[in-house]
Amino acid sequence: MNPVVMELTVRGLLGRRRSLLLLVLPVLLLGLAALTRWASGASPSASAGLTDGFAMGTLLPLMCLLIGTGVIGPEIDDGSIVYLLAKPVPRRSILLAKLAVALATTVVFAVLPVMAGAAIAGDVELRLTTAYGVAALLAGVAYTALFLALSVLTRNAVVVGLLYALLWESVLGGYVPGVRDVSIRQWALAPAERMLGYRASGWGVDSAVSMPVGLTLLAVVTVGVTWLAIRRLTTLRLAAAD
Amino acid sequence: MTDATTPVPPTPAAAGAPAAGERTDVIHDIGFRHYDGPRFGRGWIVRTLLLDTVRGVFGIGRPARSKVMPWALVGILAVPPIVIGLVSLLTGDDEPPISYTQYLSQLQIVFSLFVALAAPYAVSRDLRHGVLPLYLSRPMRRTDYVAARYAGVTIALFAVMALPQTLLMVAALLAELPADDQFVGWAGGLLASLLLAVLLAAVGLAIAAFTPRRGLGVAAIITILTVVTGMSFALSGIALGQDLPDLAVLGGAIDPYRLVDGLAVWFLGVDATIPEFAPTTAGQAGVLAAVYVVAVAFFGGLLLQRYRKAGRL
Repeated sequence: MNPVVMELTVRGLLGRRRSLLLLVLPVLLLGLAALTRWASGASPSASAGLTDGFAMGTLLPLMCLLIGTGVIGPEIDDGSIVYLLAKPVPRRSILLAKLAVALATTVVFAVLPVMAGAAIAGDVELRLTTAYGVAALLAGVAYTALFLALSVLTRNAVVVGLLYALLWESVLGGYVPGVRDVSIRQWALAPAERMLGYRASGWGVDSAVSMPVGLTLLAVVTVGVTWLAIRRLTTLRLAAAD
Repeated sequence: MTDATTPVPPTPAAAGAPAAGERTDVIHDIGFRHYDGPRFGRGWIVRTLLLDTVRGVFGIGRPARSKVMPWALVGILAVPPIVIGLVSLLTGDDEPPISYTQYLSQLQIVFSLFVALAAPYAVSRDLRHGVLPLYLSRPMRRTDYVAARYAGVTIALFAVMALPQTLLMVAALLAELPADDQFVGWAGGLLASLLLAVLLAAVGLAIAAFTPRRGLGVAAIITILTVVTGMSFALSGIALGQDLPDLAVLGGAIDPYRLVDGLAVWFLGVDATIPEFAPTTAGQAGVLAAVYVVAVAFFGGLLLQRYRKAGRL
């Protein structure tokens, strides 16, 4: 970790129009949540439907993608990362500093809005809010680490990440049941299902894997991709941007 | 930039560009080598820029790493028709399990990704590198540039949508499904593809023209298209729950894919992707058609507006 790198990353991530994009999505979610509450009379199952379909399925991966690729992608794209890499700072701490900023931003702009959305749309004793909060936090950490690593690995990180988050998890998962086992969203939903206990099936919260499997896979993926990103950053080869 | 890809035409088309000869503010001689011969003029420049846009979107004439993503997406689109063909061959049903227009909605993420790749390629680089004054110092007009880029992206998108549908038709014919139905369905699918390509190109280019960095442009386009889809389904679901079927149908108007699907259902009589949200009255279809026209005009106008000043953003 390096405080200067972190400060630079925060400025690059939130200083431009990108931060507007980061604000618009949570606001949209909260608006939809209010509408759902008005329409369904604060029923927890409608709230779970909105949170599962829109918040966890679309908003969270997109936010993590914007944040994860945003902390390092533009610098690699325009080649200015060389000025950072040329400094006598270990590449490991550069990457970890960027990851730390990305994770903090994810929590503020994605995880908290998901929780607020669930609470606004309808809840019983904040059970749904805490369950989805845990799921969103776990999924957010894994997604952000994955997309950050992708943007170090490939220049097409945004497209590859979207193919995974939307095509693989949502569309293919709907047709091929086995695909749902290899899905960050399903892994993160496992603890939420456990926390809700017997209410889970009534509210439509279910995961394709059991909790120990889900947590283990999440940890393996998060640590693995971070290690891979560090390895790749130490031998980064710059290609001309087009 | 575009000259390298121009094949030498048999005859100069200078006569086809009356405006070119009259303008005095056109810079041709930029100091490398003097040239006095005939010039092809404005129409030829537009044609070349259009061709270059279509080729460039698919990575033709660009380095190998620019070819990876577009062709990977084309490959992803080509797999389902082959699988579907095999399935209908094995089950021997009368209809393919997915219709031509439903295919557009089912794989909309891939089409969105293609727009997100193509639109920033077409307009963001020229804006970021500030080379528009170079384009405009030739006989080409400001509107010509926009029209050529827009048409190029639309043609590329239409090709990407038409290819899997054609494969789907070939697969259906090989499985000996009724040929008449398949031809009619295929033609309807192509018409819907054209409508969708025109709308998506306008939306994508308008967004890309305001985001000069390529990465940001890709992210912005895909985010807006996906979120709009998610919102429209959430709104329609709420409206259906409140017993407001009119609003449930009109909720599809904010999503390009559902908009075109709704238009296809009403005007072509094809099966809807989601039957509950399909238009059932002429009034609903009329509103959808009006929204379509207004959306194309709005985003097209926004794009032209962006090029009122040809500088950087």
